[in-house]
This record gives sequence, structure tokens and C-alpha cells, in this order.
Amino acid sequence: MSEKTNAVKSRNDRYNKYVDTVSPKTSVPKALWHSFWIGGVTCMIGQGISDILAFSMPSLSKDMVANITSMILVTVAILFTGLGFYDVIARQGGAGSFLPITGFANAMASASMEFKTEGLIFGTSAKLFTVVGPVVVNGVVWSTLAGLINLWILGAY
Amino acid sequence: MGAVWSTIGTYAIVFSVGGALCAIAELLIVRTKLTPARILVIFLIVGIALEAVGVYDAILEVCQAGVSVPIVGFGAALAKGSIEAARSGGFLGAFSGGLIRTAYGVGAAIVMSYIVTLVFSPKTK
Repeated sequence: MSEKTNAVKSRNDRYNKYVDTVSPKTSVPKALWHSFWIGGVTCMIGQGISDILAFSMPSLSKDMVANITSMILVTVAILFTGLGFYDVIARQGGAGSFLPITGFANAMASASMEFKTEGLIFGTSAKLFTVVGPVVVNGVVWSTLAGLINLWILGAY
Repeated sequence: MGAVWSTIGTYAIVFSVGGALCAIAELLIVRTKLTPARILVIFLIVGIALEAVGVYDAILEVCQAGVSVPIVGFGAALAKGSIEAARSGGFLGAFSGGLIRTAYGVGAAIVMSYIVTLVFSPKTK
């Protein structure tokens, strides 16, 4: 029995070594720099949109400016996904392209486009949330918990 | 002239904070082999925690879009909505508040994804 598990173990070790030698070596500083500047530029575009909105429509509340900004960012990112531009950014950007809200939108649109061939109900509609589902589920669960804890603490005092 | 410099300063902070968050996420991918979905969830929960503890507004005041455009801002918006609704609407508010506050962005993302899927076909690589 132990001989067998040892054999499996050494085989796995050999396989992992093989994977390490074959998988392409990416330069870590370069990847970090690309994520940094692509993420930074995305955030600056968001800041620009909200500054222009606040300047041109002073009657908008701060929350509404934030809402419209995220709607614009999301819409542009999804259009870029449809046109195939976002893939070009994502190939270089790494975390810089998926951590901002534009990456969230891209993940949704690319999943729904990929499964278009399986039909609009079981393809597009069902697969829309394959990537962003964990984010939405965890977001709702943990934020509800935060609200309840807050309520409980306030109720205690 | 002062206004110009403060605007440049704001954008410099937005660029460096937003960039730094993405670089940290990239470092996590390279070093720990966490999948992007896990990293998104981790940053989301960090945002929720910052809002729940009550320090997010102070960070937002300084970093602005640098912290609100990354997924951290989405988590903070969810938590803010839930906490505010729980305070005004009680127990039931905690369940609805987060989604109500983030409904604009999520709604736009779902509808636009659907429309784009109908209009475009995926590129073959």
C-alpha cells in the first residue's frame, strides 16, 4: 500500500517538475508593472468621468455620480468586449484588467458571448454568471451579514 | 493655479492607489497561484470589511476612484447599502440594501451583456 502511494507521489513530483520547465516563464516585475499602469489608467478614466459628470451636472448627488460613472465604465467595457478590444488589454493587463469594475463587466460579457451557441436561455442567460457569480453571491452574503451585525450592535446600545 | 495642482495631485493619487491594488492582485496570482475569481472575492470581502468597520469613507475621501473603481469599491457599496438600510428599515433592510445600492451597475452590466451577445459573435482565436 505504502509502496503504491510512494510511487504515486514520486510520479506527481516528476509531473510538477515537468510542468514547471514547460510553462512559459513570465517576468514578474514586467507583469506587475503592466497590471499597475493598466489598473491605474482605468481608475483615472473613472475619476475623469465622475469629475466631468459632477462639473456638468452640479444637481446630481454624490451617490448618483458614482452610479452613473460605474454604468458608463461597465457599458464601455462590455462594448469593448464585444468588439474584441478588451482581449488585447487583458492579455497584457493581468490583474490590472480584471480587478477594476471593467473586468467584472468583461467577465460577464465574455462568458455570455462564449456560450451563445448553446442558446439564449441555457447558453447566454445561464452562463452569464459563471465567472462573476462567486463575486455577487459572496458580496450579498457578507454585506447582509455586515448590515445585520451593525443592526445588532446598534440595538445593543 | 492651485486648483490645477490639486487636480493633478488627485489624479496622481488615483493612478498610484488603483495601480498598487492591481499590482498586489497580480503579485498574489504569481506567488500563490490563486485563481482570479478567488482574488476578486478576497478584494470584495476586504471592501465589505473596510466599510463595515467604518474606515472606507475616509479612504475614499483621499483615494477617490483609485479605491472605488477596483472591486473593493463594489464590496464597500454593497456593505454601505446594507448597513444604511438596516439602520433605517431594520432586519429586512439588511437583505435588500446592498443590492439596491449596486443595482445601477449590475443592471447595466446584465442588460448590456445580453445586447452585446445578441449583436456580436465571439471572435475565433
